[in-house]
Amino acid sequence: MKEEISGAEYPVVFEDLHKIYEMGNEKVRALDGVTAQFKKGSFWAIMGASGSGKSTMLNILGCLDRPTSGSYFLDGHDVSSLDDDSLSDIRLKYIGFIFQSFNLIPQLTVAENIALPLYYQGVDEGHSEEVAARFASVVGLENRLKHRPTELSGGQQQRVAIARALATDPVILLADEPTGNLDSTTSVEIMEMLVNMNKMGKTVIMVTHETSIAEYAQHRLLMKDGRIDSME
Amino acid sequence: MKINHSRIRRDFKLGLKNLLLHKLRSLLTMLGLVFGVGSVIAMLAIGEGASAEAMEQIRKLGSRNIIISAQKAADESGSSQDDVRMSIYGLLYDDAERINNTIPTVKATVPVKSMQHAARYGKRAIDLRVVGTTEKWFELVEREVIAGRVMTKRDVKNFASAAVLTEYGARRLLATSTAIGTGIRIGGNTYEVIGIVKSESSADGSMQTPDQMIDVYIPLSTAKEHYGDVFHQRKQGTNIRESVELHQLIVYVDEERNVEKTAEAIERLLALFHKKKDYAISVPLALLRQAEATKRTFSIVLGSIAGISLLVGGIGIMNIMLATVTERTREIGIRRAIGARRNQIVSQFLIETMVLSLGGGLIGIGVGVFIPWLVTIFAHMPTIVTLPSIVVALGISVSVGIIFGIYPAVRASRLDPIEALRHE
Ligand SMILES: Nc1ncnc2c1ncn2[C@@H]1O[C@H](COP(=O)(O)OP(=O)(O)O)[C@@H](O)[C@H]1O
Ligand SMILES: [Mg+2]
Repeated sequence: MKEEISGAEYPVVFEDLHKIYEMGNEKVRALDGVTAQFKKGSFWAIMGASGSGKSTMLNILGCLDRPTSGSYFLDGHDVSSLDDDSLSDIRLKYIGFIFQSFNLIPQLTVAENIALPLYYQGVDEGHSEEVAARFASVVGLENRLKHRPTELSGGQQQRVAIARALATDPVILLADEPTGNLDSTTSVEIMEMLVNMNKMGKTVIMVTHETSIAEYAQHRLLMKDGRIDSME
Repeated sequence: MKINHSRIRRDFKLGLKNLLLHKLRSLLTMLGLVFGVGSVIAMLAIGEGASAEAMEQIRKLGSRNIIISAQKAADESGSSQDDVRMSIYGLLYDDAERINNTIPTVKATVPVKSMQHAARYGKRAIDLRVVGTTEKWFELVEREVIAGRVMTKRDVKNFASAAVLTEYGARRLLATSTAIGTGIRIGGNTYEVIGIVKSESSADGSMQTPDQMIDVYIPLSTAKEHYGDVFHQRKQGTNIRESVELHQLIVYVDEERNVEKTAEAIERLLALFHKKKDYAISVPLALLRQAEATKRTFSIVLGSIAGISLLVGGIGIMNIMLATVTERTREIGIRRAIGARRNQIVSQFLIETMVLSLGGGLIGIGVGVFIPWLVTIFAHMPTIVTLPSIVVALGISVSVGIIFGIYPAVRASRLDPIEALRHE
């Protein structure tokens, strides 16, 4: 019950998360006791030195990985020990990913890339085409529906990725260095787009090492040696 | 998640799209299956064509018949220069009686006395091939009556001067159905034409049906009375004198399973009364069985060849699919991150392999139909492309796709999404 309530207000709740990688005899504590809550509709930038555990945290956030111990409540559900299929279903329903290298499928068109998660949700073809067209115009690519990703600029590709992440109306948007492969002008464009999505109510959690990019977020979380150094 | 037809259709479309993206590679991948399937269908068609022809010939002889033919005993063949001596050989009238009366599994025997006589019908004069036999012939060798009637028991009993023309004989005599009731002279005796029966056409068969090379049938009793058993023939300047009672005996057995046993009994019985082996027993059923056994062996050899070529084709497909999976690791990672389940990745890649193998199978069917067609046109051999061979070949190629597609597909689905996304 308590989780239900906190789930509505805090879609992401971490309770004492640990992630330990065993490398032979050595143990790497990638996450070493992380407890945090992310409020609905907030925009977070996760920062920290290389190796501090940012990617590990994002992978667990995105249900691509499971913590060694501790609990992760996503929208009120404990997802820390689900099986592979259930994690797939959770990703499909709750999470939108935006990657540094865009990660579009080259043989699919812009429209097909945007519609890809809808395909896995079993949405029929006609409806998913409509949704794809709608989100393409949200990111300003209504004239590029039939194009292949390779025919687009980096900024345009990242906008396709944003449209794909939004297509299923996920609970959280996860962005991993979303401007890492873009020039500064395009980076501004993309960040403004993410800010807009956040203003429209999406919870956005972004990993970045650039302070200028982190400025766009309302909150900053600083990681250090697998622990939270500060949250503001 | 429920099975969704539109999703499967889309998976097929996607699979096709991915394969068309690398047309040459896909084609080369399919080549193994194309030739595997093509050669199976083609070889089966050629084999089927050849054996169907042979079996049809044998079947015409009757699977419940045993055919005993008169032949000169081995040590007598040298006497042909001696124009004084007469060769006496062949089956005896009594043989027919003995076989009929002592072997319980024998239902009927048909004696055949073959002769050649000068004949005249109207103004037409030619040599006719004459067979003296009984009414049993017409019971055993069912042939359509074109005009009149066939021989009866009474004709045989009454030594009737009655002749039944074969269609072929009638044509040679220039006789039509108006010949019924008119007279024909055969070897100096006059017969009444009582009927004309259809000839079994055996276009180019090596095997002879019983009624091939016959122009006219007369009652055996009449033949014996008119012509006796001794025949003179001048062949290449030599006088040939032969005494043969019966040239052939066709034995009709009550049940197919008794045929071989009966043939053995006949062999033993004849040996008692013939000092020399002046006859030959042939069992169409045994020939049929032999032909079937040959065909089976052929099929096994064929099956092994087909199996190997399909195996090679399958390994080719698996090889390419494994390469594809490696090449598309990133794509797999993306799909998994977005929320695709493992089994959806499996089905995606499996469908792709199936499209590949189905395509190979379909092209293979084209090849497999085309080759027999060429063989028939250029080698003038009969070929039969059977539907089952097509269905089986297609089924096998799709199964090959599934069997050899499963491993790459499962491997694709087992990739860790985090690792897969990091690929390249
Ligand atoms: N798959 C892995 N196996 C072993 N160690 C890992 C693995 N992933 C990350 N680590 C280790 O965990 C620590 C945190 O890594 P990571 O989360 O990638 O940090 P960041 O993204 O902040 O650079 C690092 O010391 C890294 O070497
Ligand atoms: Mg990292």
